[in-house]
Amino acid sequence: MRRVRIIPVLTVDGSKLVKTVKFKKPNYLGDPINAIKIFNDKEVDEVVVLDITASKNNKDINFQLVEEMAGECFMPLAYGGGVKTFDHIQKLFSIGVEKVILNSVLETNIDLITKVANHYGAQSTVVALDIKKNIWGTPKVHFRSGKKSSNIKPIDFAQKVESAGAGEILINNIDRDGTFKGLDMELINSIATSVNIPVIACGGAHSIENIKDGIVCGGASAVAAGSLFAYKANNTASILINYPSQEELHKEVFKHLS
Amino acid sequence: MITIVDYGLGNLASIKNMIKKVGGEATISSNLEEIGNASKLILPGVGAFNKGMENISNMGLQSILNKKVLEDRVPILGICLGMQLLTNYSEEGDVKGLGWIDAKTARFRLSSKILKVPHMGWADISINQKQHPIFSGLEDTIRYYFVHSYYVRCKSEKNVLCTAKHEIDFACGIVKDNIIGFQFHPEKSHKFGMTLLKNYIDYC
Repeated sequence: MRRVRIIPVLTVDGSKLVKTVKFKKPNYLGDPINAIKIFNDKEVDEVVVLDITASKNNKDINFQLVEEMAGECFMPLAYGGGVKTFDHIQKLFSIGVEKVILNSVLETNIDLITKVANHYGAQSTVVALDIKKNIWGTPKVHFRSGKKSSNIKPIDFAQKVESAGAGEILINNIDRDGTFKGLDMELINSIATSVNIPVIACGGAHSIENIKDGIVCGGASAVAAGSLFAYKANNTASILINYPSQEELHKEVFKHLS
Repeated sequence: MITIVDYGLGNLASIKNMIKKVGGEATISSNLEEIGNASKLILPGVGAFNKGMENISNMGLQSILNKKVLEDRVPILGICLGMQLLTNYSEEGDVKGLGWIDAKTARFRLSSKILKVPHMGWADISINQKQHPIFSGLEDTIRYYFVHSYYVRCKSEKNVLCTAKHEIDFACGIVKDNIIGFQFHPEKSHKFGMTLLKNYIDYC
């Protein structure tokens, strides 16, 4: 039987756990360390932590929080947000992070991917592809927590980071973030079929079935979600850190995979 | 005292954290004397095989490791790249390994369009040597977190502890006397990994 990774995304603002809608309107959820402990109990596959203000506000990475989270984490932890230099990266790996996620820095320094991949291996080098459609409905790559638009096509950028040595691409669909509108299968598929490295689809997932479709129809290697695992029954008024059981995952996802 | 060998590659903090969590005590060291005094060793590693061997050699670690493992018969647990380094040779960089287990490290060449390299994620494993103490107290269905582009091929089945599947079946655990290696990351595999590390501390 094949398993695929289903990955909760924790977005943090400073030391607070928050959840956004379309990368805006951060809603305070609670303590990120507590969320990690709950995810340990639920035996989640992997956790992605994104500091959504570090790059935007040119702040330093909250290494203390990241170290605390990594120390609590019984599963792999990927960290993104404000990662600008190789020094940052060395520090992140030394405090127990498994993967670093690069985004804003790649606007000017794509070579950092190669340097990280050569040193820590491609599997530890993740690129976040923050994607938003422009007014003509054409998807474009964004940087700095979605604040900075570009004219770059997602497929072009995906191939570029793959050849630079990235081991994985996290598609973060800004238009769908926190909306529960479902994963954008077309967008996911266009990227997943244009590269050979694993693609994690994120943005809009509303159910386990939708996650399964992201794999089966979208062609993603893994699916990540924030709101789905942060709220009860997709109701943003009701905060509840949750994750499907192994039985559910088998029934709803794994048994449908080839 | 368990010594986690620091040869400049890999995520040492998470292994140390997890050893502590299951009640053990570990230090991270590249110091020859400290490694020489270790009662148990862990050889971690994330990264390229050739870089790993180069570091071990440049840091002067090879002879102390050979002495500890082959002469003093101190238990050693290789994790991920640390397991691959136990083999004779790797296609990654076309270099020789430590050669303690008669095996080679080969690159995944998959025909699948769906499965990707690196093999990244969780996989159920099948245990070949159920009686080995490292597996004490584990249930039948157990899963571990993998991240690797190369896999180990043993010459002899008797060195295969357990296997997993990524299009092909491959050895994800290998053994020879006091030497154990796991391709997956027990330190990042929930209770399944904690049990293995606890067994390593208690029984190996």
